[in-house]
Amino acid sequence: MSERNAMTESMVEVRNVTKVYERGKQQIEVLHGLTLSIPRGDFVALMGPSGSGKTTLLNLIGGLDKPTSGEVLVGGARIDQLSSGQLARWRAHNVGFVFQFYNLMPVLSAEGNVELPLLLTRLTKAQRRKNVAVALEVVGLADRAKHKPRELSGGQEQRVAIARALVSDPQLLVCDEPTGDLDRKTADEILGLLQVLNKEHGKTIVIVTHDPKAAEFARRTLHLEKGQLLEQAA
Amino acid sequence: MTKTGFIVANLFRRRTRTILTLLSVIMAFLLFGLLQSVNTVFNSGADFIGATRLIVQARVSFTTALPVSMVPKLEAIPGVARVAYQQWFGGVWQTNTPIFMFSVDPVRYRDAYPEWKMPDAQWQAFERTRTGMIAGRQLAEKFGWKLGQRVPISSQIWPQKNGSKAWEFDLVGIFDGKDEDWQKRTNLAFMQQDFYDEANQFGIKGRTNFFILKLAPGADAKAISKTVDGMFENSPDETKTQTEKDFNISFVKQIGDIGLIVRWILFAVFFTLLLVVGNTMAQSVRERIPELAVLKTLGFSDGSVLGFVLAEALALVLLGGLVGLALASLAGAGVEKITGGQFLLELDASVWLLGVAAIVLMSLAVGLLPALRARRLKIVDALAGR
Repeated sequence: MSERNAMTESMVEVRNVTKVYERGKQQIEVLHGLTLSIPRGDFVALMGPSGSGKTTLLNLIGGLDKPTSGEVLVGGARIDQLSSGQLARWRAHNVGFVFQFYNLMPVLSAEGNVELPLLLTRLTKAQRRKNVAVALEVVGLADRAKHKPRELSGGQEQRVAIARALVSDPQLLVCDEPTGDLDRKTADEILGLLQVLNKEHGKTIVIVTHDPKAAEFARRTLHLEKGQLLEQAA
Repeated sequence: MTKTGFIVANLFRRRTRTILTLLSVIMAFLLFGLLQSVNTVFNSGADFIGATRLIVQARVSFTTALPVSMVPKLEAIPGVARVAYQQWFGGVWQTNTPIFMFSVDPVRYRDAYPEWKMPDAQWQAFERTRTGMIAGRQLAEKFGWKLGQRVPISSQIWPQKNGSKAWEFDLVGIFDGKDEDWQKRTNLAFMQQDFYDEANQFGIKGRTNFFILKLAPGADAKAISKTVDGMFENSPDETKTQTEKDFNISFVKQIGDIGLIVRWILFAVFFTLLLVVGNTMAQSVRERIPELAVLKTLGFSDGSVLGFVLAEALALVLLGGLVGLALASLAGAGVEKITGGQFLLELDASVWLLGVAAIVLMSLAVGLLPALRARRLKIVDALAGR
């Protein structure tokens, strides 16, 4: 049986991964021989103190960075072996990102922001518009499509960011502190939306959070400390 | 939304800054268009100046007069069909309006310049009227002169025998050009050489600033010019013979080496532009490091991000450059109109091509470094604000 077949239930496989950063003359080992598996359709929260390696792990899973050693498989593909150009193409079709501070393009409207990833596809303008409309509908912002980010609240901006992450229909969403800049009520709304995407749309979601309440929305919580996985809590 | 729309949106993210930068680009290319046209005129020659005529002046300077008695010797040279001559009169209309005015032999001048069109009767009137004057159509229209009018014109240089610099002429003819090019140059006036000889206070007779040699068809202009200068070498009246184009260029070059001056001005202009626009682009990319990182996160390749930044630089310089060149075209037409066709500043195809090449090179120069920075940025570091 090929490796790919054996891993069909697994969306993310991290095998004995180490990540070392160079800061000037210093070498800082952020992840130490970390191994984990995230099944397809799971909703996992990564928690841990500052400097524990959560964001580093998230970056490796999302294909934003490569491990110093070890293997990272997402959807059966060895993304640690891809070139930067291949990784860019892989990201465009396979993963959606949501950031703490939304990172929307201020010069584009909500629909312009959501359409941005689709410029990498061969879809026609009409098809792009249709997909954008659907994505905005899913996040409940169809009536704010023409608004620029500065005209939206924090929660609305994050919804736009989620729509942007969804519009290419990736199977995996990675979210780095998605509610870190939001009040409790808005944060719960966003997390509720992520739950819907997981339960009703089958998206595999990995979020990094400091907030225990946010982690409650996930199916599982993984704790990291000093670059290693401590336990898995269901 | 399209990639082009995204580029344009980013270009105008800081509207005031972009508009000010655009204005500097427009001004630079306006200057480029005008100055390069000047360069083209003086280096490649204007269409209306043909090699069918040569100008003979004193070797020392055209302000040094030559004797009209040289005419028979010049006419005897094989290939010379006709010789005319012109003496600068330096007319002034009313208080302070200078006029291009020369004294000529009417018959010889008509033969040397078939491009001027005037009824035979008026040419004949000019020939037989000592105080007669002919004016170009543009000049006559400008000052409202009518045929038969007595026209008072002062001379900048030549007083009459009574000491007065105020002369009076009878307008006996109004001439026009044979085609559009020549019609643009009808802001000249001519008086009779004989009247000038008779009436000037200094008693200067039979002298002229330069001769015009009308060449026979197929004549070797270069050989004839050598012959003329050789003929008068080591005489009290040494000559310098050149084409009309070279004569005009050397006239203006009294100010200085126009080509060199133009090149240095353009260098200074574009160097300043490079600093201004380069700084704008660098600042623009610096402000957008996280956004560029997000683009890469979404799946845009390093090359795409480099392309976005370069395209933005090109859009900025292209927009400003084309507007600047278009304004230069309009300004050139304005200069041509104001000077009555004396100074043709036409942006021909070569100037436009050079302008477009300058736009492309300038875009690369201002956009390449910021684009490379954008290309090289690491997503993780950029998102973390490092």
